[in-house]
Amino acid sequence: MLPSRFDYHRASSIDEALSILDQYGEDAKVLAGGQSLIPLMKLRFAAPAHLIDINPISGLDSIEERDGYLAIGALVRHHQLASSEPIAKGYPTLAAAAPQIADPIVRNLGTTGGSLAHADPAGDLGSVMLSMGASVLLRSSAGERVVPIGEFLVDTFTTSITPNELLTEIRVPTPPPRSGGTYLKLERKVGDFATVAVAVTLSLEDGAVGGAGIALTGVGLKNIEAAEAAASLRGAAPTDEAFAEAGHLAAAASNPVSDVRGTDTYKRHMVEVYTRRGLATASAMAAG
Amino acid sequence: MEISVTVNGGARTADVEPRMLLAHVIREEFGLTGTHVGCDTTSCGACTVLLDGSPVKSCTMFGVQADGREVTTVEGLADAAGLHPVQAAFQEEHGLQCGFCTPGMMLVGSALLERNPDPSDDDIRWAISGNLCRCTGYMNIVKAIQAAAKTKAEAAQAAAASA
Repeated sequence: MLPSRFDYHRASSIDEALSILDQYGEDAKVLAGGQSLIPLMKLRFAAPAHLIDINPISGLDSIEERDGYLAIGALVRHHQLASSEPIAKGYPTLAAAAPQIADPIVRNLGTTGGSLAHADPAGDLGSVMLSMGASVLLRSSAGERVVPIGEFLVDTFTTSITPNELLTEIRVPTPPPRSGGTYLKLERKVGDFATVAVAVTLSLEDGAVGGAGIALTGVGLKNIEAAEAAASLRGAAPTDEAFAEAGHLAAAASNPVSDVRGTDTYKRHMVEVYTRRGLATASAMAAG
Repeated sequence: MEISVTVNGGARTADVEPRMLLAHVIREEFGLTGTHVGCDTTSCGACTVLLDGSPVKSCTMFGVQADGREVTTVEGLADAAGLHPVQAAFQEEHGLQCGFCTPGMMLVGSALLERNPDPSDDDIRWAISGNLCRCTGYMNIVKAIQAAAKTKAEAAQAAAASA
């Protein structure tokens, strides 16, 4: 399969990419890892007249610990997330998800920024970032803005980025001490889209749950933040009963459809089970 | 668009349309048909090549993106001394039947052994989890990559002993 014809632009700096975006606006698409965009172009679901390859831009592929957050460059590949020491040490939800994204070959090219900007409701990183309260840095020739991930992910394949903006960085708040998290993904085989997946991030304070974040993959029109489920835990004792209640609330927040991967009833049930299990795992990790 | 790519150690150039996928450039411009196009949807891994040493699916990358980079295809595994240990092991252990997935499997296996010379069966199964085989049931592929690891370790030992 061949994509439609397009003009290929190679950007060697952020400024160069932004000036090409200014020139072509909605007729342009940004090419990062290409592991979602290229298949869409081959199927001709996407047919941009201009493709801006940002891979040659240096400095967008680093993972850096800063004051209060982890800065992940937009071009950080999934395999880098999976082998990063700061992530393995301090960001357990992300550490659990990274080796489950797509398959090992796709992880060599697929990028963190590209995956989020693609906004696939079956994408893993959107849920991870929602559960951890992350933000994205969007740059344009006019300036930059930091957008919470919940406001960035608008709908299926739709974000709040404007045609002249480039996502350059993801900012993940450093979890407080006594934190835990995990990502539980049900898939038929490696590389398939998630039937259901749940991201859970949780911290303990004086024996009770301090903060919690729960987000769901593949069970709605976008990655779903199960805010009520998370709110039910704040200040509560980390008990099986509290986790079961949060599981019910998370299942109620999901909106799955029946397809080849399972019925809506089955998927909703699995959201409940995975939320409960994920919370127990995260809580045990936080209790250390 | 004019591109220069180091293919299996040799410099190659081609004039390609930007929408040409790397798999097509390798097969049609460079004439290396060992790179197979299977599913054409980033699932099967038959088109896997090494880009600067790392496995990538060449049906999911444009040829123009390989400009200035190093690509290894299955034709680049053997050298003047003979078959690559992974190739010899696939032959010896019956790691293939129809052979369609084999180039991708061998390239992934060779890249794994560069990074992890002594992999467990689980490590191998993890590494090839982006490659589909519809004949073997994977058993002999795993055995072949294990056998290649052993051959490479023995060769390294022999080289160290004679040094």
